[in-house]
Amino acid sequence: MKIVVCVKQVPDTTEVKLDPVTGTLIRDGVPSIINPDDKAGIEAALRIKDQVGGMVTILSMGPPQADVALREALAMGADEAILLTDRAFAGADTWATSSTIAAALKKLDFDLVIAGRQAIDGDTAQVGPQIAEHLGIPQVSYVEGIEEVTNKKIVLKRQFEDRYHIVEVKYPCLITTLAELNPPRYMSVGGIFDAYREKTVQVWSLDTIKDTIDMANVGLAGSPTKVKKSFTKQAKGAGSKYEVGADEAVNIIMTKLAEKFII
Amino acid sequence: MDFKLSREHLLLQEMYREFAEKEVKPLAEELDEEERFPVETVPKLARYGFLGLPFPKEYGGQGGDYLSYAMAIEEISKVCATTGVVLSAHVSLCCAPIYEFGTEEQKKKYLPSLLKGEKLGAFGLTEPNAGTDASMQQTKAVLDGDKYILNGTKIFITNSGYADVYIIIAMTDKSKGTKGISAFIVEKDTPGFTVGKKEKKMGIRGSSTCELIFENCVIPKENLIGKEGQGFGIAMKTLDGGRIGIAAQALGIAEGAIDEAVKYVKERKQFGKRISQFQNTQFQLADMYTKAQAGQMLVYKAACAKQDKEPYGHLAAMAKLYCAEMASDVTRRAVQLLGGYGYTREYPLERMMRDAKITEIYEGTSEVQRMVISGFLKVN
Repeated sequence: MKIVVCVKQVPDTTEVKLDPVTGTLIRDGVPSIINPDDKAGIEAALRIKDQVGGMVTILSMGPPQADVALREALAMGADEAILLTDRAFAGADTWATSSTIAAALKKLDFDLVIAGRQAIDGDTAQVGPQIAEHLGIPQVSYVEGIEEVTNKKIVLKRQFEDRYHIVEVKYPCLITTLAELNPPRYMSVGGIFDAYREKTVQVWSLDTIKDTIDMANVGLAGSPTKVKKSFTKQAKGAGSKYEVGADEAVNIIMTKLAEKFII
Repeated sequence: MDFKLSREHLLLQEMYREFAEKEVKPLAEELDEEERFPVETVPKLARYGFLGLPFPKEYGGQGGDYLSYAMAIEEISKVCATTGVVLSAHVSLCCAPIYEFGTEEQKKKYLPSLLKGEKLGAFGLTEPNAGTDASMQQTKAVLDGDKYILNGTKIFITNSGYADVYIIIAMTDKSKGTKGISAFIVEKDTPGFTVGKKEKKMGIRGSSTCELIFENCVIPKENLIGKEGQGFGIAMKTLDGGRIGIAAQALGIAEGAIDEAVKYVKERKQFGKRISQFQNTQFQLADMYTKAQAGQMLVYKAACAKQDKEPYGHLAAMAKLYCAEMASDVTRRAVQLLGGYGYTREYPLERMMRDAKITEIYEGTSEVQRMVISGFLKVN
């Protein structure tokens, strides 16, 4: 079983701040982590490997600093890691990103591709499904459980608005995972030593994937998304907290709503 | 000179912190309150590689360095000093002497299961009449054909009762003084070996500290470590290494107390201000943090010297002396910053203050460290 997990390194906060002038993310001083949905994807891949055997490859597109996220995945137990990094990839929207990652996947042999549902810094949930479309393989998104795994098929529990679906799918396929799928294992001490001493992070540039990518879909120039404006939502004033009984609570709510002319 | 941690050490630190926060911290209060050994944590320490951290892979270790090991004790002791000493005693006092002084057969027999954490280790030197003056060993080992027969009592033995393998120091020839002392490997369940009374302690209350009783305990001759008469040297060198672990434990306790105090002073309001806005609070914390950072440099320097096989006994002694006294001072000040709340068991500071004290006493008191350091200066 060959599994590729697509991961993104993200700032360790859901309260991403934007530069008010440029509208871009302020990353200084914010520690970076593996995106939580993606980390669940790594754990899922490692559990499948524990169960049926195989090989887990981690694939990430990002700046050179994303190396540490890949080392972390290696230290958790992944077998190999590839970092797609090139100045030409900069400014990619979800379309250009998924095109680039799909181009890299075309150079790899895989049965199963796992991507996190969405990244905490962008929240689009588009890249995983787009990769599947570029590759022309089936996809199951919002996976919250893995019911059964064999070397031929996988049975998944897909989260839905008011229910869940049990979906059986054959390989090759792509799934997107939710953070609640599993609690990811810690890196192990020996895993960390191996990640730096015995394993390597392969660095792939645009040149590496030039024969599998359409150059019109690369980086900022290949990104159809145009961001008109980014801004930080202004925080509201501090809320009030009342620890009272139900009747008094209703009175307080009614009074407040009336004060604000809502009712 | 490079004061920066490598990328490998930074990733280890991140892993240690996550492990300590999620697996060790939630138990700390309960272990202290109930004087309960962390039985559930030991297999987790094993699974993630802590118990064989600074030993080569060929014996089942993780192939790590001594700095990585000291950092692990530091991070774990930030949240639970009990768990810190379980790790330190196992690695520094049991695995290290087998690895450093054992025969190839002893290493192959004992290290794999110890380093993988299938077995836990302990070390028995102290006796009722042989504390700081460790040369006054009354436990005797008498050679009888291809066996040694042990008789005597050890006290204050960390991990006792839960350990599977014990390094035991005993007199083989009293007429030779310290040159008549030898070191042995004794397995639990050896007939004639029992674990006695458990001590009730002021701090590190989850750590098991008991007496060991040997009554005609027969062990194979091949369990002698090194040669007869080398035991005192083995014990002293083992303690040199152990002191880095205890220094790291003390450092961790101090850092943990600073973390708790910083969190509290930002929340607590008095006289209409957060108490972090008072200069006394700021200056106290500035002093506490500066001392902890100075201690960290001593610990890391000693660990690197041991790793590089440089003379490190005096460095380990300085690291332990300084960090132990620093931890007692820092935790006392942290309790003071929390005032009445600091004195209650609702907050972990009073536990940290109690835990800190032992680091001035075990594996060589602060007075012994001063003897080692002044000996290095050749002023004795």
